[in-house]
Amino acid sequence: MSAIEGLETAQHHADEHEHHHEAQNFWQKYIFCEDHKVIAKQYLITGILWAVIGITMSVIFRIQLGLPDSNLSWLKPVLGGWISDAGKLDPNFYLALVTMHGTIMVFFVLTAGLSGTFSNFLIPLQIGARDMASGFMNMLSYWFFFLASVIMFASLFLQSGPAAGGWVIYPPLSALPQAHPGSGMGMTLWLASMAFFIVSQLLGGINYITTVINLRTRGMSFDKLPLTIWSFLITAVLGLISFPVLLSSVLLLIFDRHFGTSFYLSDIYINGEALPNVGGSPILFQHLFWFLGHPEVYIVLLPGLGITSEVIATNARKPIFGYRAMIASMLGIAFLAFIVWAHHMFVTGMNPFLGSVFMFLTLIIAVPSAVKGFNYITTLWKGNIVFTPGMLFSIGLVSLFVSGGLTGIILGNSALDIQLHDTYFVVAHFHLVMGAASAFGLFAGVYHWFPKMFGRMMNTTLGQIHFWLTFIGIYMVFIPMHYVGIAGFPRRYYQFTSYDFTHKYMDMNMFISIAAILSFLAQFIFLWNFFYSIFKGKRSPQNPWRSNTLEWTAPVVPGHGNWEGEIPAVYRWSYDYSKPGAKEDFIPQNIPYSQTLESNFPHENELIAQEKAIESQNFNDQFKASH
Amino acid sequence: MYIIIALVALVFVVLVGVVIAKLQNVVKGINKTDSNEVRTPGNKVNGAMFIVILVFGAISITWSYLHAREFFLPEASSIHGRRTDDLFWFSMGILTIPFILVNFLIFFFAWKYQHKKNHRATFYPENHRLELIWTIVPAVVMALLVFTGWKAWSDITSDAPRDAEVIEITGKQFNWIARYSGVSDNKLGNYNFKLIDAQNEVGIDLSDENSFDDFTNPSEMHIPVNRPVLLKIRARDVLHSVFIPHMRVKMDAVPGMPTKFWFVADKTTADMRAETGNPKFDYEIACTEVCGQGHFSMKMRLVVEDEASYKKWCAEQSTFLQTYPEYLAKVPENLKAKAMKYVPAEAAAPADSTSGGGVGTSTSLR
Repeated sequence: MSAIEGLETAQHHADEHEHHHEAQNFWQKYIFCEDHKVIAKQYLITGILWAVIGITMSVIFRIQLGLPDSNLSWLKPVLGGWISDAGKLDPNFYLALVTMHGTIMVFFVLTAGLSGTFSNFLIPLQIGARDMASGFMNMLSYWFFFLASVIMFASLFLQSGPAAGGWVIYPPLSALPQAHPGSGMGMTLWLASMAFFIVSQLLGGINYITTVINLRTRGMSFDKLPLTIWSFLITAVLGLISFPVLLSSVLLLIFDRHFGTSFYLSDIYINGEALPNVGGSPILFQHLFWFLGHPEVYIVLLPGLGITSEVIATNARKPIFGYRAMIASMLGIAFLAFIVWAHHMFVTGMNPFLGSVFMFLTLIIAVPSAVKGFNYITTLWKGNIVFTPGMLFSIGLVSLFVSGGLTGIILGNSALDIQLHDTYFVVAHFHLVMGAASAFGLFAGVYHWFPKMFGRMMNTTLGQIHFWLTFIGIYMVFIPMHYVGIAGFPRRYYQFTSYDFTHKYMDMNMFISIAAILSFLAQFIFLWNFFYSIFKGKRSPQNPWRSNTLEWTAPVVPGHGNWEGEIPAVYRWSYDYSKPGAKEDFIPQNIPYSQTLESNFPHENELIAQEKAIESQNFNDQFKASH
Repeated sequence: MYIIIALVALVFVVLVGVVIAKLQNVVKGINKTDSNEVRTPGNKVNGAMFIVILVFGAISITWSYLHAREFFLPEASSIHGRRTDDLFWFSMGILTIPFILVNFLIFFFAWKYQHKKNHRATFYPENHRLELIWTIVPAVVMALLVFTGWKAWSDITSDAPRDAEVIEITGKQFNWIARYSGVSDNKLGNYNFKLIDAQNEVGIDLSDENSFDDFTNPSEMHIPVNRPVLLKIRARDVLHSVFIPHMRVKMDAVPGMPTKFWFVADKTTADMRAETGNPKFDYEIACTEVCGQGHFSMKMRLVVEDEASYKKWCAEQSTFLQTYPEYLAKVPENLKAKAMKYVPAEAAAPADSTSGGGVGTSTSLR
C-alpha cells in the first residue's frame, strides 16, 4: 500500500496533495481506510453494535434476578441449550452473561466505542490537523479491534460457552478448565481477544498522543486546546501506561493455562487431584489486573468528561468555568488513578497496612472530582442554556457522576468496604459513576457531533425523549440497587433464594429489572434516530450549535485533509461565549483579536501584536511538509 | 408492590406522553422556518422537566428509602460490626448533603437559566477563591472520613487476642468446611493440600500430633458468644470469600495464601431469634467471590451460643480420627500411642495391625 502511495507521490509531485486519494476504490474508502473520520465512524458503529449485544445480555440476567419465576422458553431459538426444558436459564450461562456484559461494555463499548470514536474524530478536527500522525497505524488500530471483536463474538457460540469468571477473570477460576466450563475454550478466546484489543489500544493511543503533541495548527498552544482534546490526551497516556500491564497479566495467565507455569497457581486440589503448581499467587494477578483496571475506569470516564465540558460550555453559551482547574483536576485524577488500584482488594488478604495507604490515596481522588463537579455547576449558573440532546446528556452526566461518585467515598473506606465489597452496592456505584456516566458522555458526543460526522441533524425531539427516559430509567435501576447492596446482597448470584438474608426484596429486584427493561427499550429510540438520520436527517448547516471549536470551520462534510486550502490558524481559547461587547454570543477560535476590538480585554489587545507571527507559521500542515 | 410498579410505570408513560405531545407542537412550528440557524425545539418543556424530575425524584427517593429501610444492614451481631455500621451511616449522612445540594443545583440551574431570547449568558470564566473553597472543603471532609475509617480499619485488622478461639474455614467448590482445634490441645494441626482426598477434605496432616483431636464439619460452624473468634481462612481450588453478613465479616479465601479475620460475636442465635421475632432465624455464611456454578448457594449455618453449650457441642463432635480410623495408618510410629486416645477402641486394633501397609501408602502419597 505504501509502495503504491510512493508511486503516486512521484507521479503527481507538482500537484496539490489533496488530489492524491481521488482514485480510491470502495475498499480504500470505507474498509481499509486511513482517514480518521472514517475510522471514527467504524469505531462508533462497531461500538453501537456491541452495546446492543452487551445491554441485551444484562436484560436477560436481570429477568433471571428480578423475575425468577418467568419462563424463558421464548429465548430458546437464540440461546438453545442454555435455556433448560423448564424454561430456566442455565447457572453457568448466567455467569457467562455477567462476564460478557462486563467485558463488552467496559472494553468494547466504553473504551473502543467512546474513546476510539471521539479521539479519532475530534483530535485532528479540533487541533487543526489534516489527519492523524499515522493514518496507517490508525487503520491497524481499528482492524486489530475488529479482530478482537470477531474472536470475542465467536466465543459466544462455543458449546462450552464464553468466559464466565467475571469480567475481572480472577485465576485460579479462569486458569483451570476443570473449575468451570467457561474457563475452557471460552477463556482462551477471551484472552486472545483481549491481547489483540490491547494492541489496538496501544496503536491508537500512541497516535492520539503524537498527533496532539506534534500536529496542532498555528497558534494552537496547549493552553488553547479545548478540554475534549485535553481529556483524550490524558486518556491516551493512561491507556499507554496501563494496558501493557494488562497484556503482561494476560500473557502470564496464558502461560499458566497452557504451558504449565505457576504464576498464579499454588496449593490447588480440584476434581480429585492435587495440581503440581506451587509458589504462585492469585493475588499477583489481581494486582496486575487492577493496575490497569483502575485507570481503565478513568479511561472510559475522562473522554466523557471532556465531551461534557465542551458541550456544556457551548450550550450554556458560557465559557467553561475554571479552564485551568479543569485541566489540573484531570491531571490529578489521572495521576491518582495509578496509585489507588488496591482499593479493589481490601479484603483479599492483602496486608492491612497497605489497605490503609490505599484508602488514604483513594479518598484524595474525591477532591479533583469535586472540583470538576462544582465547575460544571458554575458553568450552568447564569448561562443561557439550550437543551439540545447533547446538552441534556451532559447535564445528566454531571448528575450521575456526582451521585455515583459519592458512594465511592463509602467504598473507598476500607472499614466500610468489608461489608459492602462485592455486593450490589458496588455494582450500583460503578454503574452510575463509570457505566452510565460514560455512556451519557457517548450519547452527548454522538448527538453533538453527528452533524459533523454525517452532515445531517438527528431529530432533536426524539433525542430529548430518549434522554428523559434513559435518565429516569438509570436512576430507577441504580438507586434501588444501592438499597439491595446495603442489605448485603452479593453480586454474581444466579438467584437469591438460597439464603435467608437474601430471601427478601423480591419486589425491589423486580422493580430494578422492570426499570432496566424500560431503559433498554428507550435505547431503540436512539438507534432509530441514529440510523434514520444518517440517510434521511435534515441537512446540517456548517456550525449548527454556534460553537467555537475548529471542527465547525471545516466544510459541512469534511473531505480528505479536513479543510480546503489552508488550515485555519488559532488565536484564542475555545470558550469565548457571550463575551461582553461582542456582536454574537460566540467567537470561534480562528477569529483574531484584531477583528474583535470591541470585546477584547486589555491583555488580549496586547496579543494582537503576535498575530502576524502566528499566521506565518506553517510547520504542521501535513500536506505542505516535504516527503 | 405490584401497585407501586404499575404506578411508577404509569407516571413514566404519562410523562413520556406529555413530552411527546408538547414537543410535537413545537416541532411543527420549527419545521416551517427553513433558516440556516438551528433552533432547538422544546426548550421550555425540557427546562420544566428538570423541576418535575427534581420534585418527583426527591419524593420517590425519600419514599423508597423509607420503604426499603427495614432490610438495610441486617442487625449487626459483632462489636466491630456496630462500629462500622455507625461509621457507614455517619458517612452516608455527610454524603447526603452534597448529593442533595449538587443535584438540586444542577436541576435548578438548568431550569432557571434556560435559554431566553435576547438574553446573554454571564461571561464568568474563573474565580480562584471559589476554586479554593471547593478544593479545601472536600479535602477537609475527606480527611475526617479517612481518619475515622482508618482508626476502625486498623482496630479490625489488628492481631487477634491470644485467647481467641481459632477456627479454620476452608472453601471449596461448592461448600465451606470448618475445622476445629479439638477439645484437648486447642491447636490446629498442620495441613497440606497434597494430603486431600475424599475423606480428608481439608488435607489434615496426621504426622502432626496437634491434628489428632481436630474435628471438621462441612455443614455448620459453632462459635462462642462474647469471645474473640479468629477465622483462619483457606481455599482448596479457586478463590472464595467468607461472608457473614450479620457479623460484618468478609475475607477472601485464597488457594496457597491463608488469610484471617477475627471478630467478637455478642448475640447468640437465640438472642437474635428473640430480637428479630423470627424463630427460624439463623446466621449464615456465604461466598462473595465468584467461584463457579454453585457460587450462589455455598451456604453454611453459623451457630452462636454461650460458652457452655459451645464447649458441650465441641465435646460431642467426633474427631477426624474417630470418624475415619483408617487414617491412623498415616500417623508416624512414635506418635501412635498419643493418637490412639482419639480413636474408637474397636477400630484401633485392626488399624494398628495394618500399620505397615498404611505407612507405605502414606509415603507414596507424598
